[in-house]
Amino acid sequence: MSIDITIAIIITMVGASTPLLLAALGELVVEKSGVLNLGIEGMMLTGAVVGFAVTYDTGNPWLGILAAAFAGMAVSMLFAVLTLSLSSNQVATGLALTIFGTGFSALFGQAYTGKPIALFKSVFPDSLTDDRFLRVFFDYSPLVYFSLFMVFVVWWFLQKTRAGLILRAVGENDHSAHSIGYSVAKVRYGAVAFGGAMAGIAGACFPLILTPQWVEGLTGGRGWIALALVVFAAWRPGRLLAGAYLFGLIATMELYAKAAGGAFRILPSELWASLPYLATIAVLVMISMRRTKSSSAPACLGKPFMPNN
Amino acid sequence: MVRINRRNVLKIGGAAAALPLIGSRAFAQKAKVRAAFVLIGTPDDNGWNYGHDLGRRDMIEALGADRVETTTVTNVAEGPDSERVFRELAQQGYDIIFGTSFGYGDAMLKVAQQFPDVKFEWATGFKTASNLSIYNARFHEGRTVLGTISGMMSETGIGAYIGSFPIPEVVMGINAFHLAARKHNPDFITKVVYVDSWFDPAKEADAARALIDQGVDVITQHTDGPAALQVAEERGIIGGFGQGADMSAFAPKAHLTSIIDIWAPYYIKAVQSVLEGNWKEGSSWEGLAGGEVVIGPYNEKIPADVVAAADAAQAGIIDGSLHPFAGPITDNADTLRVEAGDVIDDGEFWGVDWYAQGVEA
Repeated sequence: MSIDITIAIIITMVGASTPLLLAALGELVVEKSGVLNLGIEGMMLTGAVVGFAVTYDTGNPWLGILAAAFAGMAVSMLFAVLTLSLSSNQVATGLALTIFGTGFSALFGQAYTGKPIALFKSVFPDSLTDDRFLRVFFDYSPLVYFSLFMVFVVWWFLQKTRAGLILRAVGENDHSAHSIGYSVAKVRYGAVAFGGAMAGIAGACFPLILTPQWVEGLTGGRGWIALALVVFAAWRPGRLLAGAYLFGLIATMELYAKAAGGAFRILPSELWASLPYLATIAVLVMISMRRTKSSSAPACLGKPFMPNN
Repeated sequence: MVRINRRNVLKIGGAAAALPLIGSRAFAQKAKVRAAFVLIGTPDDNGWNYGHDLGRRDMIEALGADRVETTTVTNVAEGPDSERVFRELAQQGYDIIFGTSFGYGDAMLKVAQQFPDVKFEWATGFKTASNLSIYNARFHEGRTVLGTISGMMSETGIGAYIGSFPIPEVVMGINAFHLAARKHNPDFITKVVYVDSWFDPAKEADAARALIDQGVDVITQHTDGPAALQVAEERGIIGGFGQGADMSAFAPKAHLTSIIDIWAPYYIKAVQSVLEGNWKEGSSWEGLAGGEVVIGPYNEKIPADVVAAADAAQAGIIDGSLHPFAGPITDNADTLRVEAGDVIDDGEFWGVDWYAQGVEA
C-alpha cells in the first residue's frame, strides 16, 4: 500500500468518523448523568436538515452549525421534559424521538431537496492542504478539529471539574446526590441539552463535510452506531475517540478494499458492515467478564428519578 | 326502511349472488381509477423514486384528475413490511397498485393471489401472475452510451461503477457500460463497488472517494442520488453521470450526461387499460427506442467526436444495428461466454452472473 493511498484512506476515515465521534461524545455525557437517550438518530437528522437549510440560505456554514446545535438541543428538550419532568420511560421516549426527528426533518426539508451547497472545507492555506504529506494533518473541515477538541473537553469536564463529578454522582446514585442537595433534574436537563447539541452538530456533518445535499434519511442509521460506540468505549472519552476512528476505519476500508479488488474481496461485504456491531458485542462480553466498576455502565442508567421526599 | 323478512332476505341474497355476474360486464369500464404507488424511498431523491413520481404526475395530467386518483406510500422497505403495505392498499380498494422496487416481488405475488380483482404492477420484476404484470426499462442501453463516452474520455483508463446490489439488472448495466468503453479503449478497466444499499448518500460519497483515490476518473452509479457525482465535482475528475434524472445542478462540471427514466407512457397505458376494462397480464421492457430510457443533454466539455460517437451508439441501438451485448464476449475469468456473431438475448439476459473481461468486481 503506497503512502498516498494510506493518506487518502486516513482522510476519508476521519471524515466518516467525525459525526460518530460528535454524536457519541454527547451521548456519553448524557449516559454518565444516568439518562439513556435512544433518540440520537432523530436529533442528528434534525441537525442535518437545519444545518443544511441555514447554510443554504445564509451561505455561512458556521451559522449552519450553530443552528444545527440549537435544533438538536431543542428536540432533545422534548425528550427531557417527557422523561425527566414527567418520568416517562426513557427507552420508549428515545425511540419516539427518533421517529419524530425522522418525520420532522423530512417535512422541514421538502423545500431544500435537490439543492446543492458547498462543502465546509479546511480553512488552512492551500500550501498545507495540497501538500502530499502535510495534508494528512490539515486537509480537514474545522468540524474535525472541533470534534477532537471536544474529546478533550468532555474528558476534562468529567474527570477534572467539580461539575463533572456531580454529573457522575447523579448518574451513579441519584438518591445520594439528591440527599446532599444536588438537583438531579437540573443536572440531567443540562446533560441532555449538551447531548442534543452534539447530535445536532453531528447531523450537520453530513451535508457539510460528507455529501453536500439534503435528502430524507441522510444520516443512514449512523445514530445507532454512535449508541453502540458509547458502550464500546465503556463510557470513556479517550476510548471513544479510538472506537470512533476504528468504526470509521472499518467502514472506509470496506470501500477501499472493494475498489482495490484482490484479497480483501474474499471477506463478504455484509461482514464488513456488521463488524462495528460485532465489535460492540465483543466489548460488552469483555466488560461483563471483568466486572470492574470503572468500565461498566453508570448505575442509574435509564432509571427515572423519583425522589421519595 | 326495509323490513327484514324472509322475502327480503331472499331478494337481497339473490341480488348479491347476481352481482359478480353483472360486475364482469357492466362494471368493466370504470369512471375513475384509484391507483397506488409504493416507493422504496421518497420522491425527492432526485433519482429513481423521483422518476416514478414524475411519471405518476404526468399520468394524472394526461388522463385527467377526474378519471384517476392516486396515493403514494413512500419509504417502504423490501420484504415483509412491504407485504403489509400492499395488503392494506388492496383492502382499501385501490384498483391498480404499482410496486417500484425489485425486492417487492415476493410480497406482491402473495398479495396478488389474495386479491384477484386488484391489478398489480411490479417494476423491474421477473415473474407475472394473472393479475400481476411486470414492467421495466432497458437501462443497460443507456449504459452503453455512457460507456462509449467513458471509454473515449477517460485518461487513466479506469472507470468505476457504484452499484447497489448484484442483481441481474445491475450486473448487466456494468457489462453494457464496460463493453462499450472497451470498444474505444481495449485496456479499459471498470472497478465495481457495491454499497449494499439503494440509498445511503454518505456511503456512496465515501465509495466515490475510495475509487477516485485509486485512479478512477469516470464514475457511474446505479444508486438513487447524486452523492458520487458531487465527489467527482469536488475532486475535479473527468466526470460522472446522472442516474434516473438529470443531476447537473449538483455537479455542473462533472455531470457529463444522464440516463433519464420516463415512466409516464407506461403508467398512462396501464391506468388507461384499467379504465377501459381491458387490462391484461403482461411484461413490458422498453428502452431507448420506446422512449422509456432517454439520454439527457451532454455537458459542453465533451468533445464533438465523443458526442458523435455517443449519438451513433444511441442511434444504433434504436435502429437495431448495435446490440449492447454482441459477441465475442469473454468474462473476467477468461472464459468465452458469447461467440462472435451471437448476442445475449432478452431471455438469457436475466441469467447472466458473470462480468466481462476487465471488470474488477
